[in-house]
Amino acid sequence: MTGLLEARNISKVFGAGLVHKTQTIALRDFTFSISGETPSVTAIVGESGSGKTTLVRLLLGLIAPTSGEILYRGQDLRHLPAQQRRAYLRDVQAIFQDPFEVFNPFYKVDHVLESPIRNFGLARTRQQRRDLMAEALSTVGLQPAETLGRYPHQLSGGQRQRIMVARALLLRPRLIIADEPVSMVDASLRATILNSLLKLNQEFGISLVYITHDLTTAYQISEDIIVLYRGAVAEAGDVQLVVPQPEHPYTKLLVGSIPLADPDAPWQGERALGAPTGLAPNGDSYCAFHDRCPYAMPVCVEQTPSLFRTAPHRASACFLHGDAPILPNDRIDEVFGGGRPAPDAATPFVAES
Amino acid sequence: MSEPNVLRVEGLRVHYQTPAGPVKAVDGVSFAVRPGERFGLVGESGSGKSTIALSLLRMIKPPGRVEDGSVTLDGVELLELTDEEMRRVRLARISLVAQGAMNSLNPVKRIREQIALGLREHGAAREGRAFDTFLTELLERVGLRRGVGDMFPHELSGGMKQRVCIAMAISLEPQVIVADEPTSALDVVVQWQVIDTLRRVQSELGAAVIQIGHDMGLMAHSVERIGVMYAGKLVESAAVRDLFRAPLHPYTQLLIASLPSLDGKERLQGIAGSPPSLLNPPAGCPFHPRCPFVMDVCRTTMPPPREHRPGHFAACHLYETS
Ligand SMILES: Nc1ncnc2c1ncn2[C@@H]1O[C@H](COP(=O)(O)OP(=O)(O)OP(=O)(O)O)[C@@H](O)[C@H]1O
Ligand SMILES: Nc1ncnc2c1ncn2[C@@H]1O[C@H](COP(=O)(O)OP(=O)(O)OP(=O)(O)O)[C@@H](O)[C@H]1O
Ligand code: SF4
Ligand SMILES: [Mg+2]
Ligand SMILES: [Mg+2]
Repeated sequence: MTGLLEARNISKVFGAGLVHKTQTIALRDFTFSISGETPSVTAIVGESGSGKTTLVRLLLGLIAPTSGEILYRGQDLRHLPAQQRRAYLRDVQAIFQDPFEVFNPFYKVDHVLESPIRNFGLARTRQQRRDLMAEALSTVGLQPAETLGRYPHQLSGGQRQRIMVARALLLRPRLIIADEPVSMVDASLRATILNSLLKLNQEFGISLVYITHDLTTAYQISEDIIVLYRGAVAEAGDVQLVVPQPEHPYTKLLVGSIPLADPDAPWQGERALGAPTGLAPNGDSYCAFHDRCPYAMPVCVEQTPSLFRTAPHRASACFLHGDAPILPNDRIDEVFGGGRPAPDAATPFVAES
Repeated sequence: MSEPNVLRVEGLRVHYQTPAGPVKAVDGVSFAVRPGERFGLVGESGSGKSTIALSLLRMIKPPGRVEDGSVTLDGVELLELTDEEMRRVRLARISLVAQGAMNSLNPVKRIREQIALGLREHGAAREGRAFDTFLTELLERVGLRRGVGDMFPHELSGGMKQRVCIAMAISLEPQVIVADEPTSALDVVVQWQVIDTLRRVQSELGAAVIQIGHDMGLMAHSVERIGVMYAGKLVESAAVRDLFRAPLHPYTQLLIASLPSLDGKERLQGIAGSPPSLLNPPAGCPFHPRCPFVMDVCRTTMPPPREHRPGHFAACHLYETS
C-alpha cells in the first residue's frame, strides 16, 4: 500500500557547515506515514525544540531532509512532476504555528483566503467565492464583515490563527498538518475549532496531524500520539494508552506537568519526576533523557535505546522496557491505528526474538 | 492617603477606527494591581486583552486611540507623560512581553546584540565584561545557556525565543511586567519553568505581573487574581480560588465548563453561538445573545460591575437585587 504521505528514515541536521560551530540534530531517523484510505488523527507532542516544526517543514517540502526521503503517493517530494506537485499542494495543507510570521503584512486578509480559491479554481462566480470564504470564516467563529478588508496587524493573535485554520478548511485537502493551530485562542473557541477539524476528519475523511503541547486536547481529539524528545521518538502509540498511563519517563514528566484548572491541585513541573540519578555517559551512545531521568541505569549512559514494543499498540524508547521486543524505527506505523476499526487486516503483531 | 496599588486603570476606552466604524476593543475597563501582585487577564480571543496591554505602555498605534480613561503607575498618570518621559518609563518601570514577541526578534542580529540594543535604547548600556556577565546572568534567569547569546533567532526554537523576550522584559528590573501570552508557544514543562522563573524574578524584584493568557490551568497556578474579559469589557474579577470555585458570570462559568479534561474521552464543546461584534456590540450585556440565563433587562441594560462578594466583582444582572 502506498500512503498519501510518507516520511522514510528522515533526519535533519542544522548547522552542518563550515560557518557553524554547533550542529543541531533537529530530527533523527524518523519514519511515519499517512494512509490515503483510512483517515487518521495523530498528535505529535514534545518539548519546545524537540523538532516538531522541523518535521512539519520537512513534510511540506519547505526544507529538505539531510538523509532519508519523503514520498507523496510513492514519489519523492523533491522530484515531483508538475501535475503531481499541484495535487500535492492541494492535498496537503498546513496550519502554521505562528500566525504572526506567515502573513504578508502588505496583503489584506482577503488575499490569504482568495488566493487558494483562485489557484485551485474552487469558485466560478464572485458570489461563490464570497460564500466559500464566509462559510470557512464562520466555522472558526469569525464574522466576514469584521475580518475581510483588514490587514493582519488589525486582527488579534487568535483571530489571525483562526484565519489560517479557515484557509486550510477551505481547500478540503486530504491531510491537514496543524502546527499549534489553537495555542492562542480561549478554551471555548479551542473546543469549537478542534471540533470542526474533527468533523472534517469524520465527514470528509481528511487526515489530521495535530502538533501541540496541549496534551489534554491531543488526548481528546487524536487516535494516535507520537512523543518527540530531542528529535527522536520517545514514545508512540494509541493515545488512550499513552496519555493515561505514560511509560517513558519523559512522557510521565509531560503528563505530570499539565497544570490542572484547579488552584489547589499541585503543579510541580520537573519536580514531579524526582531527581536525576546523575550517571554520565563516556561515549556518544546514551539515552537523550538520561540527564533528567530519575530512573537512569548504567545501560542508559552506554547505549541509545531503540523503541521497545511494550504492547501491540504502543512503544517506548526506554531501557526500563528493554525486555519488550525491539520495534525498528521504520516500523513505527505498526503501533498506530489501535483505536480504529481496521477494515483490512493490519499487520499482525509478531514479537521479534 | 497612600496609594496601595502600583498600577491603576480607570475607565479605559480604546477604539480602532475602521472604514466600517469604530471597533470598541476596550470599552470602559477598570482594575488595579498591588505591588508584587500577579494578576491574570483571560477571556475570548479578540476581547481586547492585548489592546489593554499595549495601552498600559502607551503603544497603541493609529488607527487605534485611547479615547478615555486613566492609567496610573505609582501615582503618575502615564497617559499624560510626554513621549520622551514615557520612553524612559518603558522597560525601566513597566515592561511588556508582547504577544508573539518572539517573532519580532530581528532575524539578522545575534541575541546578544538585540539585548544590548534594548539596554542602549533605554539609556542603560553596559559594555565589555560587564555586559557579558549581565547577559549570562540574564539568560540563566530564564533558563537559557549563555551560548544562546551568540545565536540568531532562526537557530532557536519557539520556546527559546520566547524566553529571550522574557529576558529582555526583565532586563531593567521593572515594577510592572506585562506578559501577553508568554507561554502559549511552550510545552508544559517549559511553561512551568518559565512561570517559575517569572515568579522568582518578580518576587526578587517585588514587581507586579499582569499575565495575559488563555490557558485556565496555567492561570490557576500562576496568578493570585484573575480578570475575565468579554467583548471589550471586564465582566468578572476575583481571587483565583474564588473564580474557579464559584464563578459568578455565566461567561466565566461556561468558559470553565468548556475546559477539556484527562478523565476519559468526551466531546469537546465550546460555548454555543458566535463571538460578539465589536463594531456593533449587542445592546445591554454583551453576553446576552449566548447566555443561558438571559432575562429581558439583559437585552437593554449593561449591568455595572459590582462587588457581589468580598473582592469578587461581576457585571451581571443575575446578581442585581432591586
Ligand atoms: N534553521 C535552523 N537553523 C539551525 N537550527 C535550527 C533551525 N531550525 C530549527 N533549528 C533547531 O532545531 C531544533 C528543533 O526546532 P523546532 O523548531 O523543530 O522545534 P519545535 O519542536 O517546533 O519547538 P517549539 O515547540 O518551540 O515550536 C531546535 O533545537 C532549533 O534550535
Ligand atoms: N489595528 C486594528 N484595527 C482594527 N481593529 C483592530 C486593530 N487591532 C485590533 N483590532 C481589533 O480589536 C479587538 C481586540 O483585539 P486584541 O488584540 O486586543 O484582542 P485579544 O483579546 O488580545 O485577542 P487574542 O486573545 O486573540 O490575542 C479585536 O476584535 C481586533 O480585531
Ligand atoms: S447579564 Fe444576563 S445575559 Fe449577561 S451574563 Fe448575566 S445573565 Fe447572562
Ligand atoms: Mg514549533
Ligand atoms: Mg491578544
